[in-house]
Amino acid sequence: MNEFFDLVIIGAGPAGMAAAITSTGLGLNVAVIDEQSNPGGQIYRAIESVSYERPALMKSLGDDYAAGLKLVQRFRASGANFLPQTSVWQIDGDRDVFTRTAGGTARIATRQILIATGAMERPVPVPGWTLPGVMTCGAAQTMLKSTGAVPAGPVVLAGGGPLLLLLATQLLRAGARITAILETPAQFGAALTHAVGFIRSPAYLRKGLDLLSELRTADVEITRSVRNMRILGDGRASGIEYDSRGRVGRVSADLVLLHHGIVPNANLALSLRCEFSWDDLQRCFRPKLDAWGKTSVDGVRIAGDNGGIIGAKAAELSGHLAALGAAHDIQRISATERDRLAAPLRSELGKHLRARPFLDALYRTPQEVAAPVDAETVVCRCEEIRAGEIRRLVTEQGCPGPNQMKSFVRSGMGPCQGRLCGLTVVELIAECRAVPPSEVGYYRIRSPVQPVTLGEIAALSDG
Amino acid sequence: MARYDSIVIGGGLVGSAVAYGLARLGSRVALLDEGDVAFRASRGNFGLVWVQSKGLGVPEYQRWTRQSSVLWDDFAVELKKETGIDCQHEHRGGVHVCINENDFAERRKYMEQLHIESGETSFQYDMLDHAELKKLMPEIGPEVAGASYTPYDGAANPLYLLRSLHAGLIRRGGQYFPQSKVTELKAAPNDFTVTGGGVTFNAPKLVLAAGLGNKDLGALVGLNVPVQPVRGQILVTERVQPVLSMLTIWVRQMAEGGLLIGESREEAGFNDATTPDVQQFLAARAIKMFPFLRDVRIVRHWSALRVMAPDGLPIYEQSKEYSGAFVATCHSGVTLAAAHAMRYAKYVADGVLSAELARFTNKRFDVQAAA
Amino acid sequence: MFKLPPDSGAATVAVTINGKRFDAPRGCSAAAAVLLAGDVPTRTTAVSGAPRAPYCLMGVCFDCLMEINGVPNQQACLIVVTEGMRIESQYGKFAVKA
Repeated sequence: MNEFFDLVIIGAGPAGMAAAITSTGLGLNVAVIDEQSNPGGQIYRAIESVSYERPALMKSLGDDYAAGLKLVQRFRASGANFLPQTSVWQIDGDRDVFTRTAGGTARIATRQILIATGAMERPVPVPGWTLPGVMTCGAAQTMLKSTGAVPAGPVVLAGGGPLLLLLATQLLRAGARITAILETPAQFGAALTHAVGFIRSPAYLRKGLDLLSELRTADVEITRSVRNMRILGDGRASGIEYDSRGRVGRVSADLVLLHHGIVPNANLALSLRCEFSWDDLQRCFRPKLDAWGKTSVDGVRIAGDNGGIIGAKAAELSGHLAALGAAHDIQRISATERDRLAAPLRSELGKHLRARPFLDALYRTPQEVAAPVDAETVVCRCEEIRAGEIRRLVTEQGCPGPNQMKSFVRSGMGPCQGRLCGLTVVELIAECRAVPPSEVGYYRIRSPVQPVTLGEIAALSDG
Repeated sequence: MARYDSIVIGGGLVGSAVAYGLARLGSRVALLDEGDVAFRASRGNFGLVWVQSKGLGVPEYQRWTRQSSVLWDDFAVELKKETGIDCQHEHRGGVHVCINENDFAERRKYMEQLHIESGETSFQYDMLDHAELKKLMPEIGPEVAGASYTPYDGAANPLYLLRSLHAGLIRRGGQYFPQSKVTELKAAPNDFTVTGGGVTFNAPKLVLAAGLGNKDLGALVGLNVPVQPVRGQILVTERVQPVLSMLTIWVRQMAEGGLLIGESREEAGFNDATTPDVQQFLAARAIKMFPFLRDVRIVRHWSALRVMAPDGLPIYEQSKEYSGAFVATCHSGVTLAAAHAMRYAKYVADGVLSAELARFTNKRFDVQAAA
Repeated sequence: MFKLPPDSGAATVAVTINGKRFDAPRGCSAAAAVLLAGDVPTRTTAVSGAPRAPYCLMGVCFDCLMEINGVPNQQACLIVVTEGMRIESQYGKFAVKA
């Protein structure tokens, strides 16, 4: 296939779907690419089948999830060319998009690109986190949404952030028993400076309190101020040990679900050399974007959580705005028209963004989670590089940054291409050098950003 | 001001090999390096210690290369002992695959010429047709016409080598200064004051090993170093079980199991981007050589800029105007690492480059400039 | 590790996991099927042979690499189960059929 589109949207989550709706509405020829079989992204994963086949589960997942159904339906009706089960493994200097499906590889030409690949769970490197039986909270949510399944045995949720409590209530409603919730110290002091914004967003406040009260009613034990988490087990997770307020605690479980916020899934944008900057509250790199999601690379935009964590509703609005920006850039609408359509979206977006600084500050990842102290903690899961080795290379050999680190110990050279070790390596180097992560920089990411075989690459020159 | 016996500018394969060599001779060395993100040809190196394709028409280069490949055996052992890091050096000969009959015929002529030029150092080689090659490498593709073989070729892991040289330098009392791009250089004969990363260094000996940066630095010490970037791209695969029976050009399997697939030669200026056309070309060639590669995934596609003199040969020189200032550049940083550490460093320490390096003087460019 | 709620009457797809037949819910991923069958670890690493199982279920961790219908190194969480699918654990580096 060598079609030519006005806009290729990568990712069919809320931002991608919203962008598709707006851009097709303005008459653009649009393709939407997603790795999954159905639209929804991670947050609205499997929403169509849940709503048609599992109404009880729909109730368990809550109103925020259910709200996504209308968006998905509007997306289906939009006329965008939806390419499911398709991954994007490269975007070249001409802005051609290289895709891969079960049927083979293709190269798509387009005027504009919108990257809406969302976020992923931030890695939570604690001792034992590579054991079978340790997963992310997001993974458990995906199991629930895509199959209705809940943990079979004792399960512990550990980490920090609003998703922890949300998942706990979803699992409870779906019939799971939660052995314990372990929360790392929340940063109340730091969050207070942003409290005004949060209080002016009553919806978020009420949501949090409702979740807590539901958990209390179900008698779920929540332990706070948890530090030094270490997962126990030989060949499989068997439990988790921790320190809290001077005591050592231990919980037996064969499933440990970790979570400490989400971060942009940035490799595609990084491979294009978009400019990024360090966000110290969210402790991650975010792309530099203008008000229309435009990156520093011509013709490439980013919307949704991929631009920095903003939440599902804000992601949707940013998707609409990015589509307006793209439509204007290819001269489909005037600047005046673009701004007129954008005005209500911006004001709505502003409301949703108000609560973020407070949440980001409150649940800011603690230093010991960002930069593990225990030398034996695996940092690079693919290459099995441990924290002690990384620290040693900085302190004893003066290794200044993640690219030198990568070339010396192979961190980031495995199949995940630094997705699960990059931030940790940056934080460790920053801590050892006593400089902010913004000075340390990130891995140089190159294509392919998804696996592709040599045969599939060679086949492109035949067609 | 920090005083040293030698300052080496450039922490890549050339600079760190020379710095290590100097340190092991007792010189107090400061090795200055750029930041984490820089052109760094060393990170794009294929890692061969390759002899059989070097020096057609330039027997001195053939000799220098062969010497280095011989020195490499002890060099690898010494580095392992010194630093605990295994550079994964192998020295069991290598094969240059010829895809079609035309290439095979050309290659035969080339090898014969090298043999004639080698004189008393007697360069030995074998031409293997498809059947003979298949006996040695059952995994070779049916379309491959044959190959040339010599026992001199080998390989190492370029990244572990770099790491080992850095570690060895520090163990021998040298000091490494990253993030110290040179901002000022004041030169007088046997007296050099260099500022980098906010620190000022002084030494009677200076070695420029800054790759493409040697051009500008050379001008400050009366050295003409006309190097240009020549881009090379490499594909890297996922780890697989050991599958290549012999060391070959263009496709090699690392100890970890991943295969490196190279390489291109492009004039692209200072652009280290990767390109789809080269990607497709490298993939297609690799599959022709080894059809099993069709189903193997690549996990990375690299590009780096070779440091290339107009004739492709190294440049070794001492400044006439500012004695004590040396330059070393090449595009075979792994192959020549042993010679750089064990020979070149000694010449620098002694203050005079040996006659065996006369062919690599930068005066050869004066003739061109005058022409 | 995971179980379906008792009332789930979802259609199933018959697959084999390491040779054993398993009825997976239609539309679920191969990785999800393995987690429901409880057959972990799903692989041992190429570096040290350490046991691993799916971690993220969204295609970023690459810990769910399994051999699917004879093709190794597949991300099981991105592959939807089909009738008769053979899902197998993978040990170490995969052996190329040269």
